[in-house]
Amino acid sequence: MLSIFKSELALVWSLFRQDAGHSRKRMLLTVVAIGWGTLSIVMLLSFGEGMKLAFHKGTRGMGENIGVLWPGSTTKAYAGMGSGRSIQFQDEDGEMLMARIPSLAAVSREYARRRGLSVGAKTVNARVRGVDPSFGGIRNHVPQPGGRFINEEDMRQKRRVIFLGEELAQDLFGTQEVVGREVQINQSVFTVIGVAQKKTMMGMYSGPDKNQSVIPASTFLSMYTDARVGNFIYLPTSLETADLAKAEIYRVLAAKYRFDPEDRRALSIWDTRENQRITDNIALGIQMFLGIIGALTLFVGGMGVANIMYAVVKERTREIGIKMALGAKARQVMAPFVLESIFITGAGGVLGTAVSLSIITIIAMLPLQGEAFDLMGKPTFSPAIAVATSLILGLVGMFAGYFPARRAASINPAESLRYE
Amino acid sequence: MIEMTAIRKVYSTGRMEVEALKGVNLTIGRNEYVSIVGPSGSGKSTLMNLIGCLDTPSTGTYLLSGENVAGLDRNQLAEVRNKKIGFVFQSFNLLPYASALENVALPLLFAGISDKKRNERAKEMLERVNLGDRMDHKPTELSGGQMQRVAIARALANNPAIILADEPTGNLDSASGHAIADLFGELHAAGQTIVMDHPRQRPREDRLPLRSYPRRRDRRRQPPRRLNVIARSPS
Repeated sequence: MLSIFKSELALVWSLFRQDAGHSRKRMLLTVVAIGWGTLSIVMLLSFGEGMKLAFHKGTRGMGENIGVLWPGSTTKAYAGMGSGRSIQFQDEDGEMLMARIPSLAAVSREYARRRGLSVGAKTVNARVRGVDPSFGGIRNHVPQPGGRFINEEDMRQKRRVIFLGEELAQDLFGTQEVVGREVQINQSVFTVIGVAQKKTMMGMYSGPDKNQSVIPASTFLSMYTDARVGNFIYLPTSLETADLAKAEIYRVLAAKYRFDPEDRRALSIWDTRENQRITDNIALGIQMFLGIIGALTLFVGGMGVANIMYAVVKERTREIGIKMALGAKARQVMAPFVLESIFITGAGGVLGTAVSLSIITIIAMLPLQGEAFDLMGKPTFSPAIAVATSLILGLVGMFAGYFPARRAASINPAESLRYE
Repeated sequence: MIEMTAIRKVYSTGRMEVEALKGVNLTIGRNEYVSIVGPSGSGKSTLMNLIGCLDTPSTGTYLLSGENVAGLDRNQLAEVRNKKIGFVFQSFNLLPYASALENVALPLLFAGISDKKRNERAKEMLERVNLGDRMDHKPTELSGGQMQRVAIARALANNPAIILADEPTGNLDSASGHAIADLFGELHAAGQTIVMDHPRQRPREDRLPLRSYPRRRDRRRQPPRRLNVIARSPS
């Protein structure tokens, strides 16, 4: 059976070579048409993929699966107290939440003031945050090589150390190589311990991280004794426990501040998973849309192949008749046409993919800068794109070959032998 | 070998129905050398197509070596053509891009015979028609007589029950034509059953009218055309 298939393949190959010799230009044009279709589908899907990755990175720039917790005011009377009462967090609430809620992986307080940061004669106004060491991990503050984030020792000793957003470091010093240098805030001297790595943020509260600075919460409290917790940030142990953690936070804080646990206005929680889900879906939607456009272009190429195959069937009517007279079964008449169509499609697919990969590589090497590129990302090829493109190409090739082949197999041998 | 009983063939062309064969009875035995003779339009081609299983009769029974082929589907007919019938055409009908060897190997390919056996058998057949030295030549590199030899080798490849030849010398000059006719004579002498059709009778053949059949066309307008079967009895 295998040898029959092999010999049929050999026959197809000689058929194909012969036909390519007869109509090399026409064949080449068809291959180019398929190549163009492949190019558009691969490029569009790759742009979509790059954008999806950029979106994915962007929505997680602020931290992945995190929640931000602000105090609100009650809207329901509870336990003898009227509605409209403002909730005010206390410094130790973070520790309490961590101790009572097992589904929380980390919590950090956040105090904030806007202050002038000075280096020599230069002063830049920026937000200064007082945070716990866990803040770095939760909120994705990754130091550039050579630097670090705030640690427990800084907290205990109330060290005057500061972690800078990358743009703020640039504004203050004109360079990113600033670890160990000094910054003044209200006549206190802070040592820079790290500068944040560049990241894309699609979601944020009170401004992008790149223009802000972070100091230990203990240091912040010793400088501003009247400071109150502005908000907490938290990270659940996993995606699955996030809803539980959220409910527990309401329950624990409702018990402490004596408000109705069903009163959603007493606390406001920004669950960033929502945004991640929405942007992921938008990105997927855009990619599918681009993919459909690409696939349609490829189908047009497929029509070209089918068209040529019909012409080839007509040209070879007599030859098909001869083969039928010699005892070729329908399958044996059809196989060469289907295989030839798949061959043309395959050649076009390889051509289109090769060109796309070159373009993607060239774009990847270009030093493109700016917000737009950060958000759009660069076209990225992926195994899934390869699989999708191959599948569509295979389908197009098969359909483009099948219908002309069926026409070939329906030829009446007695009539075709008289056909000139 | 061939037993046709009450074979009718009706072609319908849109509004009109044309009865090409009106009840043909024909028996051809093993190792007969039969010529079907008749003028154009007499139904020769139709009868040849039916004998060759390229077409099926409208009514009637056709037994080919005992098997009724009247009710077979397209693939079954293909198999019958492949195994039991060898075709030789007036215009050779070789595949132009394939070598003589590949052309002869084609019916063996359709029979599902392996590469090696196929080539051996094809070589053997080409040697039998004295073309052992032309195996790798393309049809365009061969003379008309040589092309027809390749076609005969191809017809013999699957060792068919009958060779069906459609005016095999019609496109050849007289010398090549005689050589091909001699080749058919040799095959017949070696035991092959041969059915041939001709537009007219040839002086070289022994004539033995077997039967004649009433033909289609309006009898009032012109005298009925007749289809004759002439056989050379087994030698």
